[in-house]
Amino acid sequence: MLSVKDLAVSFQTRRGAVDAVRGISFDLEKGEILGIVGESGSGKSVTSYALMRILDAGGRIKAGKATYSGIDLRRAAERDMRDIRGREISMIFQNPRAALNPIRKVGHQIEDVLREHARATRQDARAKAIAALRAVRINDAEARYDAYPFELSGGMCQRIVCAIALACDPRLLIADEPTTGLDITTQKAVMDLVRDLIRERGMSSLLITHDLGLAAQYCDRIMVMKDGLIVEQGDPVQIFSDPQHGYTRKLVDATPRIGESIRSLLPPADRKAELPHQVLDTPLVEVRNLTKTYRGKSGPVQAVKGISFTIKQGQSVGLVGESGCGKSTTSEILVRLMDATSGDILFEGENIAAIPAKGFARNPRRAQIQMVFQDATDSLNPRHTARQTIVEPLRRLGGLRGAKLGARVEELAVLVGLPLPLLDRFPHQLSGGQKARVGVARAVALEPKFLILDEPTAALDVSIQAVVLNLLVDLRAKLGMTYLFVSHDLHVVRLLCDHVIVMKDGEIVEQGHARDVMANPQNEYTKTLLAAAPTPPARRQVA
Amino acid sequence: MSSGSIASLMFALWPRAKTLSSPAYPRLRAIALRVAQSIPVVIGVVLISFLLTRALPGDPAAYFAGAAADEASIAEVRTALGLDKPLIQQFFIYVGDLLEGDLGRSLSSGQAVAQDLAKRLPASLELTLTALILSCAIAIPLGILAATRPGSWVDHLCRVVVTAGVSLPTFFTGIVLIYVFYYLLGIAPAPLGRLDFIYLDPDHVTGFYLIDAALMGDWETWSGAAKQLVMPAITLALFTLAPIARMTRASMLTALSSDFIRTARAAGLSNGKVLYGYAFRNALLPVVTTLGMVFSFALGANVLVEKVFAWPGIGSYAVEALVVSDYAAVQGFVLAMALLFVVLNLVIDLLYTAIDPRIGFSSK
Repeated sequence: MLSVKDLAVSFQTRRGAVDAVRGISFDLEKGEILGIVGESGSGKSVTSYALMRILDAGGRIKAGKATYSGIDLRRAAERDMRDIRGREISMIFQNPRAALNPIRKVGHQIEDVLREHARATRQDARAKAIAALRAVRINDAEARYDAYPFELSGGMCQRIVCAIALACDPRLLIADEPTTGLDITTQKAVMDLVRDLIRERGMSSLLITHDLGLAAQYCDRIMVMKDGLIVEQGDPVQIFSDPQHGYTRKLVDATPRIGESIRSLLPPADRKAELPHQVLDTPLVEVRNLTKTYRGKSGPVQAVKGISFTIKQGQSVGLVGESGCGKSTTSEILVRLMDATSGDILFEGENIAAIPAKGFARNPRRAQIQMVFQDATDSLNPRHTARQTIVEPLRRLGGLRGAKLGARVEELAVLVGLPLPLLDRFPHQLSGGQKARVGVARAVALEPKFLILDEPTAALDVSIQAVVLNLLVDLRAKLGMTYLFVSHDLHVVRLLCDHVIVMKDGEIVEQGHARDVMANPQNEYTKTLLAAAPTPPARRQVA
Repeated sequence: MSSGSIASLMFALWPRAKTLSSPAYPRLRAIALRVAQSIPVVIGVVLISFLLTRALPGDPAAYFAGAAADEASIAEVRTALGLDKPLIQQFFIYVGDLLEGDLGRSLSSGQAVAQDLAKRLPASLELTLTALILSCAIAIPLGILAATRPGSWVDHLCRVVVTAGVSLPTFFTGIVLIYVFYYLLGIAPAPLGRLDFIYLDPDHVTGFYLIDAALMGDWETWSGAAKQLVMPAITLALFTLAPIARMTRASMLTALSSDFIRTARAAGLSNGKVLYGYAFRNALLPVVTTLGMVFSFALGANVLVEKVFAWPGIGSYAVEALVVSDYAAVQGFVLAMALLFVVLNLVIDLLYTAIDPRIGFSSK
């Protein structure tokens, strides 16, 4: 149905031409779901844009051939391509909220596509748009017709994007990271919906994702891409159980799964013995009846509804939940960047909730409670070099100066595995993993007792996530730190944490020993969360 | 703005703001609320304009008594003008008059200030609005074209026009236009006000000559007024072109690189639909913001254009009044401008909500 031969795409940049895709060939059969898996920069998205001929300015198909049902996609006239887009081949995108026109009613956006492809007239467009909304199983489709994207949840927006893509009954659906940015239960709902629709209509599909586990669960066949080339392709089970290419093996290793240890995320050569960390019985942090109420547009919103928990010295606690559950609010209150509405936080017996967040930077406790932020890029000052970033807390809170300061920065760089020459680079000159290391170095610079990690690996590729998680495990043992690890990824929490707290709607629904909760969840919601996480096939058993 | 009292209008809005607070009219209520919020601004303007005009150097009594006046006659004029009373008393007299809709009498023109403003404000508004419509008609398409073809000749043209527009002062472009089109080519009428003396002023309805003449069906006067308007409007348009074109280009570029444009293209929508239906609507918000700003500073900045073209507008009126410490006229001018800006801001806020559903009108 779709046949790609030696496709190469290059981008014209200020520093000359960059080859994003360097000659790939594959075929897609009718009714097949083909997964393209790769990390950022592998050229997987560019491939799909090239097929649709919607490359950004400067991008161009350099060589090769792409044929869809006998049509040469590379040479077809722009007018013909417009007919193909949406009617024959359509796409759904990542970040669904941004993928919709923010100031146009979703119903009208669906109508636009229907009218463009002459599938509806002015008279019946509304009815057909509502039918398209029903097709993606949106409840109360008539009411949703008049909604704007900002009034809908992320999952609902993705359904609308699907409705737009499927409105004209295309035969090929390209899904570009369709669930990135969605909660895990929403991810499952959206993916199940997409799969069902594809099967019902006998469509073919390209599923582009960075998540090997997700691809394995939903695809008939998987292609692994790296640096613009296909390094391996085959059946999902076979790719997982017996990866042939070194890169595939690394990717398979780095995908967290049940029954693995944190070291097994790394390539075999890097797996050193895990340093044990000491958990004492004395509590470090005790949270009591913590509440937080925001003033919302339509009345007060209670983000945290009186939660209590204890973190012991040296313990790593995972705080899990979906967006809006209050986990970020809780972590911000604990790190004293935000004031609680009521409740106590006892840190080594002292109630730090009583100290206003505004003045906490001047409190001696500041050095003992530090945080690693979610987005490695956004949380670094773009005008500061890595060295300046790490120096900041040392100078302000540690009072270090001169040669001592320089020596300490280099010591920290070595500790987090950041090559010394990179210290004088700016964030935009560093890779995602290197930026994450800078963020970690800054947070541990003062050897805090308590480190709060807010989804520190959410924006990273899996192979880099593996490295960063292992770094965190090493640091915990070396510096004797206590972690509060905020995450939506249950697999990661299970690997890293001793204790897990599951939050929903501002309340703790379940907490306990990490392995117990994961293996034998008591609460319905925890069970749903666990069931929604994609489960990659087990690895072939090798010693 | 006839002597229909501004102040009493303002205060009449107070009770309305309350009676409309029923949930049946959320939009009306929000508008009333916005108007009510601007009342403190207007009170502040009244106070500051009063104090500032008094703080200016120069003694109006001495000025109006004439060069040959002695101490006694100056004192006489001062008493006649009420300037011998304490400042606070003068202020209360001024506010009292204001509440009755009396803006005082201009010393230099001898007319009631309200009457002067009613005659001159439409002249300035007609000029500014024409200039803005003209510059939007050029700048917005130019900005869109430049954004869709970055690096092309249109883009370069846009850059040249923008640079020229900001770097050439209005009085300079005005004089060059007069020199070329009136003096050398002789195709433009003499730059002497709103209407050549051979025509009669149209009956006063709106004060906009083009509209009034059209209402009367007097097309000869209409074309006469239009001819007079062309050159000053072009001068002002050239000046206001730059920010609008630049903002249109920038916000179009941002809009075009958004994710939803990719979705629209991937759905096979036509170029026109993507460009105007999707990108431009989203790019409009910053453009409207700029337009509001440009309008307000054009209204102030057209003093120079009015001077060059002998345009009997509000700007030249204010400058003349200021030079001779004509308190009532200056205060009237500042107050009129303040009210105008209040209205302008309200209009822009309403436009925002019309363009972008995300902006809740009653969020404040």
